[in-house]
Amino acid sequence: MNFDDSAEEASFRAAAGSWLSANKFDYRTSRTSENFFDAVRKWQLLKHEGGWGCLHWPKEYGGQDAAPIQTLIFAQEEQAAGMAMLSVANTITIGMAAATIMHCGNSQQKQRHLPRIARGEEVWCQLFSEPAAGSDLAGIKTRAVRDGDDWVINGQKVWTSYAQYSDYGILVARSDPSAAKHKGLTFFLVDMKSPGLEVRPIKQASGGSDFNEVYFDNVRIPDSNRVGEEGDGWRVSLTTLMNERAAVANIFPTDFEQVWNLARETPLNEGMAIEDSAVRSLLADWHVWSRGLKNFGMRLQSDMSQGKVPGPEASICKLMLGAQRQTYLSEALDLMDFGGPALSNSGDAGWHFAYLRVIANRIEGGSDEILRNIIGERVLGLPSEPRVDKNTPFNAIPTAL
Amino acid sequence: MNFQFSEEQELLRSQARKFLEKECSSQVVREVLESDQPFDRDLWSAVAELGWTGVAIPEEFGGLGVGYLELCVIAEELGRALAPVPFSSSIYLAAEALLLGGSSTQKQRWLPKIASGETTGAFAIAEGAGAPAWNRMNTKAETCGDGQFRINGVKTPVLDGLKADIAIVVALENQVPGLYLVDLNQENVTRTLEPSIDESRPHARITFSDALGERLGKPGVATIRQLLDRAAILVAFEQLGGADACLQMAVSYAKERFAFGRAIGSFQAIKHKLADMYAELELARSNCFFGAWALSTDDPELSEAAAVARLSISRAYTNCAKESIQVHGGIGFTWELDAHLYYRRSKLLNVALGSPARWQEYLIQSLEQKEEVAGNHARVA
Repeated sequence: MNFDDSAEEASFRAAAGSWLSANKFDYRTSRTSENFFDAVRKWQLLKHEGGWGCLHWPKEYGGQDAAPIQTLIFAQEEQAAGMAMLSVANTITIGMAAATIMHCGNSQQKQRHLPRIARGEEVWCQLFSEPAAGSDLAGIKTRAVRDGDDWVINGQKVWTSYAQYSDYGILVARSDPSAAKHKGLTFFLVDMKSPGLEVRPIKQASGGSDFNEVYFDNVRIPDSNRVGEEGDGWRVSLTTLMNERAAVANIFPTDFEQVWNLARETPLNEGMAIEDSAVRSLLADWHVWSRGLKNFGMRLQSDMSQGKVPGPEASICKLMLGAQRQTYLSEALDLMDFGGPALSNSGDAGWHFAYLRVIANRIEGGSDEILRNIIGERVLGLPSEPRVDKNTPFNAIPTAL
Repeated sequence: MNFQFSEEQELLRSQARKFLEKECSSQVVREVLESDQPFDRDLWSAVAELGWTGVAIPEEFGGLGVGYLELCVIAEELGRALAPVPFSSSIYLAAEALLLGGSSTQKQRWLPKIASGETTGAFAIAEGAGAPAWNRMNTKAETCGDGQFRINGVKTPVLDGLKADIAIVVALENQVPGLYLVDLNQENVTRTLEPSIDESRPHARITFSDALGERLGKPGVATIRQLLDRAAILVAFEQLGGADACLQMAVSYAKERFAFGRAIGSFQAIKHKLADMYAELELARSNCFFGAWALSTDDPELSEAAAVARLSISRAYTNCAKESIQVHGGIGFTWELDAHLYYRRSKLLNVALGSPARWQEYLIQSLEQKEEVAGNHARVA
């Protein structure tokens, strides 16, 4: 056990740090506008040209063949340099879409997309959830019908983050409605500029529009864009979801530095909030939680650096983040007392935004309830609920009373 | 960077676990709980024979000098087995106090006997319920020349104090608290059994009436805090083992027990509870790992790491112990089922080295000091 860098790791960290400080740029001005994704692409290209992009990928696809631990070190330094948000925004592209192509795609598909993704030329979205299939993802209805060398897609996807900025999407659709639920699915790569494909942003409870509805009206996808066999879409989707859990494991903030500074700067009674015993108790709990997530993430990374595939236990990260973060953010706002409601006070707007945005942390990328099922069944080995729909042809499954 | 125990350490773990499964069944724990034995002497001899008592004591003082990571592994297994032996008092507290503050004469005199298991220790800090400031402590130390001190006062409860050979006593000399080593086998010490929440680890009330003792190291709170920090990390591993045992017990039961025609673990009400227990425990385990590393390298963040590990595993163990009983239902509230042994032990370890409120305050103080050293606000995370 060693939480320090080896000599080799320390020199890698130093090199990463100096490259980052020489190349980082101020993207904050573009944060709320469409050109945020221009910054995401630009940063990906800069990293690629500097030899720091997609570190763990094979060289032939634009990576560096680096050890997973180096990926972790670079991510830590990127965080310290204030540039992590740009890479986090590219998580769906690299951590999910590219990871699935790398794992399940054929060599043509890899050659076509991976080098372009490495250079920041392609942004991807994930076309999985539907209005009637969220947690029950295998219940999707979007149809894929074979027509010559193409597939014709009809249906609707929803909660598709960044679809409005994406060049491509990974899509799972139903190719055989008479097969059992998990067996009639097929996985595709779809060009977001395809005729018949329409993206409609959704206004979120927090006010922004990260995610979208995506409508498919006779959208044609060449069969060469099919990943895996016909009917094998569920297995390919699980590859995406396993990678998603690992990819999002450590991207959400725990806000400890911010609340520490808030307690330092907020007046309470005769002094400052940090002098109050109830506030000190809150800060201590918050820190313990924050360190737990950080240290657990390090253990996951450590496993990966020894070649282990991220398992279902990675679900812990997001499960332990969302609800607790929501509770703590609420307490942070309480610290502001009479002044809590104002958004104009310097520095407070971030707290309000976070308190609204955190709602989604418990839902996006697998709801807390689904994550508990995953941990219960795949980690602890508990039996699943009886499933009335498991072996029934999909088109015979009841959908209402 | 590597955040796992090594293969050798994992091998030690599996040997320790096998040994304890055989030699420390819950029947062994119950024999101490239900009798007036102070601890299980056969188990204690066997543990000493295996070298566990000396694993982190340097060779020059009769130990094996292997290291703290190995001691953490052993602690986890002892905690899993609820071992009814004075291991924590003798090793994490008495031996550590000597290593921290003892003169070379004191170390030469006592450590080899602790390492061999011949001498057992106790840590006498509490004076009844409450958390008074250090200078309100009633136990006093008064110098009587030649490095000897007269100790007067009553300490209770003292874990493993009933039959321990030596105690590390926290006492005030001129209003300053310090650590004093007192040979308990002297006339001026009287001990009685103190009923306690977990009598598989009996406690004593010890009265010192002009008892002779020696000071360990410099007087002052700093040495006491250092001792508490080091012990907290080792105890955290006992808590980790205990919490893991509770979870495993509950998971096995949820797979076997049927209700409404199916295993109760298939119901989300039970499954989700178990998932939450596991998730909380894994974060706590990660904090314990960081603590183990800080202890093994004497890292500057040791104090912070100790508080983080102790706070998170105390909460996780308490939760796993009580929810494991809940999963078992009525059988969980019987004397016959082992679940209450863990419930008792979890509460004992939760308070025996100081309450969560105490450690929350220690943690914030560590962060404030770190901030002061770094000279800005942004370094605390």
